[in-house]
Amino acid sequence: MKNENLYNYILGIADNSLILGQRMGELCGHGPSLETDIACTNISLDLFGQVRSYFQYAGKIAGDGRTEDDIAMLRKEREYKNVLLVEQPNTNFAYSIGRQFLFDVYHLAFLEQLQKSTDLTLSAIANKCIKEVSYHERFSSDWVKRFGDGTEESKAKMQEAINDLWTYTDELFHQTEADKAMVAEGIGVDVTKLKEAYYKNVGELLEESTLEIPESKWFQKGGKNGVHTEHLGYLLSDLQYMQRAYPNMEW
Amino acid sequence: MSDKKNWPLWEVFVRSKNGLEHRHCGSLHAADEDMALENARDVYTRRSEGVSIWVVESKHITASNPEHNGELFDPAHDKVYRHPTFYDLPDEVKHM
Repeated sequence: MKNENLYNYILGIADNSLILGQRMGELCGHGPSLETDIACTNISLDLFGQVRSYFQYAGKIAGDGRTEDDIAMLRKEREYKNVLLVEQPNTNFAYSIGRQFLFDVYHLAFLEQLQKSTDLTLSAIANKCIKEVSYHERFSSDWVKRFGDGTEESKAKMQEAINDLWTYTDELFHQTEADKAMVAEGIGVDVTKLKEAYYKNVGELLEESTLEIPESKWFQKGGKNGVHTEHLGYLLSDLQYMQRAYPNMEW
Repeated sequence: MSDKKNWPLWEVFVRSKNGLEHRHCGSLHAADEDMALENARDVYTRRSEGVSIWVVESKHITASNPEHNGELFDPAHDKVYRHPTFYDLPDEVKHM
């Protein structure tokens, strides 16, 4: 493939939204209240919409006839490039919110920079997505505050979720080979530069929520290079079921 | 604890476009006004139904008693002259 770095770079961005969208979609019919259930599936649909734009573009770059559905549904686990954070399960609602919040703060900062990409398609997609993601960030931080500043039980559950998910945050700022190549060309976002502001913003929100900032300095990594936690395989078997059971089916 | 488990009910009013009035479109549950606005956004404007939302806690609405419908509403039935139907409206006036 001529533009392999760009192709891989787009998949790196889109896979985060795809896997997180699937996780939020799992809550459909299982949200804690009707209203939050709809909110979570709205977020899921926003993310899937973003994924479509990215994958359509990636398909064009690949130039071999592969479609957005092929890219979404027909890869193997090791070929998904999402960060480990977004594949973590919906252990309870505090985990879902914590995962969303820790990703949203990154996602928003990332899209702000991607708007400046010299690749006009990517900057246009970023421009469209950023309003959606601003709302996601508002929604998830509101809930972190509610839980942190809520009852003793909600606070304990929120703190536990943040503590457990913290170990996956550092990976957001790791660069792959495709990242480095795209940054050099002015197309990609240098994620290493987002790290300081990220931990500052997350820290401030946690303090406001009367939660503690985890002190752990040991972090997990691997998702961006296809090495995932055990949770992704189960998620993909759900996600890909229809295409695997009925190859080439169309909606 | 039970009042924390059952969020209060809120009435939602959405304005579908500038120039029109807010219209009641339904109700929902939320813990406070901020959550009520966000829930209203997610439940009632996800298909581009609105440009503005009002929420008010249902308990703040005073409703007329259906038992009094006779004295409240029936007397208006035979007063057709109170309708502004005897004027020709210019085409430019919309949404009357």
